[in-house]
Amino acid sequence: METDDDKVFRALADPTRRFLLDLLFEREGRNLTELEEEVDMTRIGVMKHLRILEDAGLIVAQRSGRSKLHFLNPVPIRVIHDRWIDKYTEHRTSALVDLKNRLENP
Amino acid sequence: MMTPASVLPDTTQIFQIYIKAGPKAIWEAITDPAWTNRYGYTGYAHYDLRPGGSYRVVANEEFKAAADAAGFPCPEVIVDGEVIESDPPRRLVTTWRMLMDPACVTEGFTVVTHEIDDLGNGSCKLTLTHRLDSSHATIGELVSGRMDAGGEGGGGGHAWVLSDLKSLLETGTGLGG
Repeated sequence: METDDDKVFRALADPTRRFLLDLLFEREGRNLTELEEEVDMTRIGVMKHLRILEDAGLIVAQRSGRSKLHFLNPVPIRVIHDRWIDKYTEHRTSALVDLKNRLENP
Repeated sequence: MMTPASVLPDTTQIFQIYIKAGPKAIWEAITDPAWTNRYGYTGYAHYDLRPGGSYRVVANEEFKAAADAAGFPCPEVIVDGEVIESDPPRRLVTTWRMLMDPACVTEGFTVVTHEIDDLGNGSCKLTLTHRLDSSHATIGELVSGRMDAGGEGGGGGHAWVLSDLKSLLETGTGLGG
């Protein structure tokens, strides 16, 4: 059975999904149309990636007025950092920076 | 500039976490000062849980000593605000102002909503929505955890607080052991 952490790693393993997270890191609260404009992909394709990110808890979608806005949820990555990376490495700071770099430079 | 209440500004930050605990335990961990002093930035949160009731977080002695040692003496009350809505153990909305840093004080009050969704399997989904306008840039940086680079800056923000809360409720100890 797939754990929560598995879902996060699987979601992060795809460059398009990391790019979508980067877009939200730059500016939160974007709707589907705004995200779709930035990616060379069909609307269905973008929706599929957003669903995987949402399922992994990396994106939270909220209704706002008439549109559905997407927000980056940094908590699952923080949890992995706090529980998992801290546990296996003494270089906690460098591990965080590596993860941050990977997220910032997909 | 204030955005209408029905529209979330794109500067809003949302934090969500799944916790293996019941809604009452999570509500208590958020609203009981004895609990709030055990995770995240620590400090005793005092809520008067009715609309218009006061909300304030009082620093503990250890926190004040650490702030003094770092050359940033902190006030007795480090966060204040007012309760807007209290629906235990499901929903808590308060205004929220950070008093530790002059830039944050100048930016004034923001709105924090805690929502607890009972998933019915012994777990809950906790969502913290920090409604921030474009005038709340410093507060936004602080609570996003982006000041945490190096591990000892402004702390990990709400993501770190919630991660620590999860650890405390699920294992009985916070991340600090």
